[in-house]
Amino acid sequence: MSDVQTYPVTVTVNGKKIQRFVESRTLLIHFLREELNLTGSHIGCETSHCGACTVEIDGTSVKSCTMFAVQANGAVVNTVEGLANSDGTLHALQEGFRQMHGLQCGFCTPGMLMRAKVLLSENPDPTEEEIRHGIAGNLCRCTGYQNIVKAIQYAAAKLNGRTYQEAAE
Amino acid sequence: MGARLFGASVQRLEDARLVTGRGRYVDDIHPAGVVHAAFVRSSLAHGLIQSIDTSVARTMPGVLAVYVMSDFAAFASGPLPQLAPHPLIQGPITYEPLASGEVRHVGEAIAMVLATSRAEAEDAAERINLDIEPLPVAADLAHALDPDAPKARSERADNRLATLKTAFGDVAGTFARADHVLKETFTVHRGGCHSMETRGVIATFDADDRRLEMWTSSQSPYLVRRNLASYFGLDESAVRVRAPDVGGGFGPKAAVYPEEAAVALAAMMTGKPVKWIEDRSEHFLATTQQRDQIWELEVAASNDGRLLGVRGRCLHDNGAYAPYGAILPATALGSFPGPYALEALDISIDIVLTNLVPTTPVRGASRPSVAFVLERLADRVARHLGLPREEIRRRSFIRVEQMPYVTGTKARDGSPISYDSGDYTAALNLVLDKIDADGFAARRAEAASRGKLLGLGLASCVEDTGLGPFEGATVRVSSRGRVIVTTGAASQGQGHQTTLAQIAADALGVSLENVSVEAADSGKFPLGISTIASRVAVTAGSSVELAAQQVRRKALKTASHLLEAAEDDLEIENGVVFVKGASDVKVTLATLAQSLAGTAGMRLPGGIEPDLAATAYFESTALTFAHGSNACEVEVDPETGDVRITRYVVAHDCGRLINPLIVDGQIRGGVIHGIGNALYERMIHDDQGQPLTATYADYLLPMASEMPNIEIYHLESPSPRNPLGVKGAGEGGTIPAAACVISAIEDAIGPGGTFLRHHPISFEEVAGLIDTRTI
Ligand code: FES
Ligand code: FES
Repeated sequence: MSDVQTYPVTVTVNGKKIQRFVESRTLLIHFLREELNLTGSHIGCETSHCGACTVEIDGTSVKSCTMFAVQANGAVVNTVEGLANSDGTLHALQEGFRQMHGLQCGFCTPGMLMRAKVLLSENPDPTEEEIRHGIAGNLCRCTGYQNIVKAIQYAAAKLNGRTYQEAAE
Repeated sequence: MGARLFGASVQRLEDARLVTGRGRYVDDIHPAGVVHAAFVRSSLAHGLIQSIDTSVARTMPGVLAVYVMSDFAAFASGPLPQLAPHPLIQGPITYEPLASGEVRHVGEAIAMVLATSRAEAEDAAERINLDIEPLPVAADLAHALDPDAPKARSERADNRLATLKTAFGDVAGTFARADHVLKETFTVHRGGCHSMETRGVIATFDADDRRLEMWTSSQSPYLVRRNLASYFGLDESAVRVRAPDVGGGFGPKAAVYPEEAAVALAAMMTGKPVKWIEDRSEHFLATTQQRDQIWELEVAASNDGRLLGVRGRCLHDNGAYAPYGAILPATALGSFPGPYALEALDISIDIVLTNLVPTTPVRGASRPSVAFVLERLADRVARHLGLPREEIRRRSFIRVEQMPYVTGTKARDGSPISYDSGDYTAALNLVLDKIDADGFAARRAEAASRGKLLGLGLASCVEDTGLGPFEGATVRVSSRGRVIVTTGAASQGQGHQTTLAQIAADALGVSLENVSVEAADSGKFPLGISTIASRVAVTAGSSVELAAQQVRRKALKTASHLLEAAEDDLEIENGVVFVKGASDVKVTLATLAQSLAGTAGMRLPGGIEPDLAATAYFESTALTFAHGSNACEVEVDPETGDVRITRYVVAHDCGRLINPLIVDGQIRGGVIHGIGNALYERMIHDDQGQPLTATYADYLLPMASEMPNIEIYHLESPSPRNPLGVKGAGEGGTIPAAACVISAIEDAIGPGGTFLRHHPISFEEVAGLIDTRTI
């Protein structure tokens, strides 16, 4: 509606600078999905519990349903659509999820991937327990988490120049 | 040529899209000009709608329309058709798209707003004033059949919807002769579904052609089509229903919902595409839930620890409606006698109406409850006789040499149930061996030295899978040599694209990458049933096998004409048909497909029918029976009652495995679901039917930090009842899991503790049980 007050937002999303006008109440997740058509980030609860909407903002993990788009003004936002390597190959985490069967329906997966990316940047070689605690804010109803843990271990090994020994389970 | 891909843990074809954010779930679909719906829902569990004031809402920004049921009169009226009619249910006990008279649970949809954005639709929905006169609420299952109980539905005489029964053997005689008869009452709790993707639906309507098209996050797109076409008086051919990527189903998405009908009606009324995405709070209030059940049972046992008979009664809370007929309680009857060679059985189930959200199958349907009560009874007898729990089972199980074993119960179609294959004792011995049951005493002592209580849990089950009647598949070779599989069977994360492609690729000698699977679109494949009851590998898998083998024969026949060679001398590899021993005499599948696609004025080779394709429907006329035994160890903190599952081992037999990676994933997710049921998930309502746990702050789902690793070992007893030898695997993880965890907690508390009769169990309760045990 034309009489609704909007505010300018400038963000860098997946390396691209973007400017838009948004209502103050627009959540970042809705901005990403509806305004920018980046539908990889999902909505599982809108109450900050499930983590399906997790994106990376200025190097930290943020559940994008807990933040207004206007609050992201000036920020660098990365979503699953920007996760692959610049040569188009899958990021080690994406490869790990695929190799280790870390996804079933795939609905939690983008949030898990983006959470895991920040986890590994903060702790490049986490133990299983550290991974499990690190992704405790992201719910998955399908996998039972075990292969998600393995997928992240796979990626950690690869990013550290090692080969991950274990097979998928 | 032996099977190359069948049985291999190949990586999933689905994943490349899903890990890059290119999945396409309903909420990712934006038809041009789409408008958004929001619902106004009842805040009372039971009441009569007196008035609905929509005057303010209609004037709100962005609002296109506000509907109540009477607005739809030109297109539809009355309740939706009964999805699975049952002779004992006089109905339909189904929803209207929008409630017009009586509301029967909190969250029932009453009015609908359409606006240019969801936010505007919700703003306007808040301005709709409902006047609902409260009626007495039936929210207490235990007393819902009392003569003075409030009625959940005022048009009925009482809250008993129907009573289902199953029985065999000389029940009175068995119980009279038994050395021991023990009586127990168990309660099983109503949890939620909680697929991470909520429900969602988009509808468009072409008024000129009277064609309805829908995308819906459903396990049963064809049932949605059938149900809505019949409700709207449309021919099924005028209704196209598609399930795109679906973010988990677990049962509730197999039902047809009033919102699906309401969104379709809104599209018919406006001529615009209409979209509704359930939010999580609506999922708590309006998506069907698991099962509250109260079981009063007696078990008869012999001195030497054999279970001889079970009899008793179950009160089953069906909620306020029966959108799925009696299917959920019926799965309880079909789950007896489990793995036990009982002489006699007599079970009746009262299906009870309450003013709560309806219950329909959720992962395992009623099978987890029956596994819970049977496994608890086995443990109870062990306690009573002072025998090891595994001995009761070894002495009571159906033995491998008794297969096929006629249980005495009947399937839904009335045919006698017979278990097809499986060695139940072998599964039990395997799981005990793998968890090192012999070394448990030492581990318990070590834990005790740290002040912790260690418990070993055990549970077994048999699971009917491969439910009929059928699924179907078309296998077609394209002019470029791609193999296209189309099927009605929808996927919600089970990896059908991969497993069905494995089957087709093997049959046709092509690589996995050369196979595409298109599923769950009624515009592309004519018929389908539903992805429920662990049935797709059996039904759709076998259909793909049968159709692909027909295509193979047709390809060889065509090639034999083109190559002038005998069919028996031909082989197919990498998409090329060649003469064995003379591999340069060859023709590609692409060329064969082109030659059967025809050229104007030319004859087809050898008078063969056009189209290098075949369609098959595998009719599953007898169930296949998967089985397994689980064992776990829990460490309990006696101060806090905190339960940590330190090991969880599964021995599982679902016949031949198409893809072990995927099967193991199904089992793991299933076990975690059962652990959630045992320890965390509580859907609590107060005595007025108000939900008290309707966010993930209050309703706890299993988190990565709390869950154990699950070790899995397979036995393979191929089913003789389908061409692949497979049985279903989607629910076998869940079915025994809650029973296994509760058994372990009881073992940790020790013989001086109370016998456990319910789940979920809270850590507070566990601490209390430790305090009050006798040592
Ligand atoms: S949608 Fe943001 S945490 Fe669930
Ligand atoms: S893969 Fe389905 S929710 Fe995680």
